[in-house]
Amino acid sequence: MGKQEAIISGDDRNFTINFGPQHPAAHGVLRLVLELEGEIVKRVDPHIGLLHRGTEKLIEHKTYLQAMPYFDRLDYVAPMNQEHAFCLAIEKLTGVDVPRRAQFIRVIFSEIGRVLSHMLNVTTQAMDVGALTPPVWGFEEREKLMGFYERASGSRMHAAYFRPGGVHRDLPPQLIVDIDAWCDQFHKKLDDIETLLTDNRIFKQRNVDIGVVSKQDCLDWGFSGVMVRGSGLPWDLRRSQPYEVYSKLDFEIPLGKNGDCYDRYLCRVEEMHESARIIKQCIEMMPKGPVMSMNRKFTPPPRSEMKQSMEALIHHFKLYTEGFHVPEGEVYACVEAPKGEFGVYLVSDGTNRPYRCKIRAPGFPHLAAMDYLNKGHMLADVSAILGSLDIVFGEIDR
Amino acid sequence: MNNPHISDLSELKDDIESALGDVVDSVEFAFGEMTVNARRAEVSRVIAFLRDNERYKFSTLIDICGADYPERERRFDVVYHLLSMWYNHRIRVKVVTDENEPVQSIASLFPCANWYEREAFDMYGIIFDEHPDLRRILTDYGFEGYPLRKDFPLSGHVEVRYDVERRAVVYEPVDLPQEYRDFDFMSPWEGAKYVLPGDEKPETGA
Repeated sequence: MGKQEAIISGDDRNFTINFGPQHPAAHGVLRLVLELEGEIVKRVDPHIGLLHRGTEKLIEHKTYLQAMPYFDRLDYVAPMNQEHAFCLAIEKLTGVDVPRRAQFIRVIFSEIGRVLSHMLNVTTQAMDVGALTPPVWGFEEREKLMGFYERASGSRMHAAYFRPGGVHRDLPPQLIVDIDAWCDQFHKKLDDIETLLTDNRIFKQRNVDIGVVSKQDCLDWGFSGVMVRGSGLPWDLRRSQPYEVYSKLDFEIPLGKNGDCYDRYLCRVEEMHESARIIKQCIEMMPKGPVMSMNRKFTPPPRSEMKQSMEALIHHFKLYTEGFHVPEGEVYACVEAPKGEFGVYLVSDGTNRPYRCKIRAPGFPHLAAMDYLNKGHMLADVSAILGSLDIVFGEIDR
Repeated sequence: MNNPHISDLSELKDDIESALGDVVDSVEFAFGEMTVNARRAEVSRVIAFLRDNERYKFSTLIDICGADYPERERRFDVVYHLLSMWYNHRIRVKVVTDENEPVQSIASLFPCANWYEREAFDMYGIIFDEHPDLRRILTDYGFEGYPLRKDFPLSGHVEVRYDVERRAVVYEPVDLPQEYRDFDFMSPWEGAKYVLPGDEKPETGA
C-alpha cells in the first residue's frame, strides 16, 4: 500500500489510458490510447480497423450488382446514401440514364438517410454528455423511417434498393402518403427534442467551445459535411455540385459560426428540418413513370415480361449471373452523405467486376484529426468531441 | 473579386500543362474528370503547387489511395484526389511506383494525408518517404502481407478462433470447408484467350 502511494504522490502525473475498444461512447469499436497529464489530454492515438472486413477486396471479386449490398454495410446508419455514390460512379462510366421518377425517389431516400443518421448522432452525442431522454425520443422517429425503408426495399437497414440505372422497385402509393404525413409531424418531434437540449445548461456547458475547428483546420484535415459547415464554410455538394434533382429543389444550407460541438449540433438539427422539407417537395414534384432505365443491357426486365419474352429471359439470366460489363476507365463519384463527402473511386477494366473500388469515407479524415482536436482538452471532452465528429466504424474501417 | 480563376476544366488542363509541363508526364481528361500523371519524385511539388496557386486553390485533400497493376513494370499507382472548394473543381494526381521505390509523403502539406498514406502502406506496401508515423492502420496487430495486392488471396492466409483449452485466441492457416467459388465469365464467343478442355480443334495441315 505504501509503495502505491509513493508512485501517485510523485511528480509524475502522466497516465496512459485505454479508451475502448468496447466503450459506449466510442460509437463502435474504437480503441483510443490516451496520454494524459492529470486530466488534460496530451496525445490521442486512435487504433482503428477492429471492424475491418476487407470490403474493397471483396468488391473486386464480385460483379457490380453483387458489390452493391456492401455499401449498405459501410455507414450502416444511412445505408442508401452509400449505395447512391456507387450507383453514380457506375452510371458515370456506363452513361446509363436514370428516369426522372427514380431520381426523386433517390433524393427522398437520401434525405431519409440523412435524418436517420443525424437523429442517431444528435441524440447519442447528447447521451455521451449525460442526457438520457433524447435517444429514446429520437429513436422513435428513426423506427418510423426504418419502417419506410422496409416498405420500399424489404429491409430495415441493408436495403440494396438503389441500383445502377434507377431504383429497384417503385414505391407503393400508400408509402408515399405515409412519408408525406411523417414529414408534417416530424418538425414538432424535432422541436420537442430541441427543448431537451438546445437551451439545456448542462448540454451547453459540455459542448460550447469544445472541439473548435477553424476554417483552415477544415481544409488541412480534409473535413467535409457538417464538420465544414459547422465552422461557417458554405460547402454542400447538394448545392455546389448538384446531382439527381437537387438543383430543382428549394432548401437551405445551415451554417455554424464558431465551429464547436454545439454549432455542429445546431447544424444537424437544422439539416433535419431541411431534409423533411426536401422530402415534402419531392413528393409534390415527383412525376409518374418508370423507376429503372429501360436499357436492358444494364437493368433487368420486369418479371412479368420475363415470363413472356425470350429476350427478356436472356437478359434476366445474363444480368443475374454474369452481370453487366462496364467500359474501361476510372471515375470518382461522390454524394453529400450525412457525415460528409462519401466518394467512390472506381476503376474498371472493361469486365463485369470492378478492378479497384476505393471508398472514401467521410469519417476517416475526421477521426484522423482526433489527436489534433483533443490536445489540451479534458478527458471528459474526448467523448463529446468524438460524438460530434459523427463516427461510424462501418465506413471508417471498411 | 478580380481573381482570374479558372472556370472550366479544359482551360484548367491547358493552364496546368503549361505551368507544370516539366514535372508532369501527361494531363488527361476523361469522363469529365482531370487526371495529372505526375513524376514520382515531384509529387509533393505538384500538389503544393495545386494547393497554393491562387488560380486553383485545391486546398482540400479528399483521398489518397493505391491501386495495383501487377502486369506492369512498376506495379502501383498512388492516386490523390484534390478538391477546390473555392472554384468548385476536382482533380486527380497519379504517380507510379513499385514495392521498393518510396513516394514522397505529403503529410507536411496536408495533415490528413498521414492516415491516408498509412492506409496505402497497410493495404499495398507502398512506402512513403519522410512520413512521420508509417504504421499499419486497418489490419490486425501483427498482420503480415498486403491485403489489397492482386496476388493476395481473398480468403487471406490465417484465420482466428478462440481456443478453449489454451484460453486464448489462436491464429491458424485458413482451412475452408468449401473452396471460394470464383466463376469465370469469359466465353469462347466473346474472345476467351484459352481453349476449354475437350474443346480443342483438330490439328490442321499436319
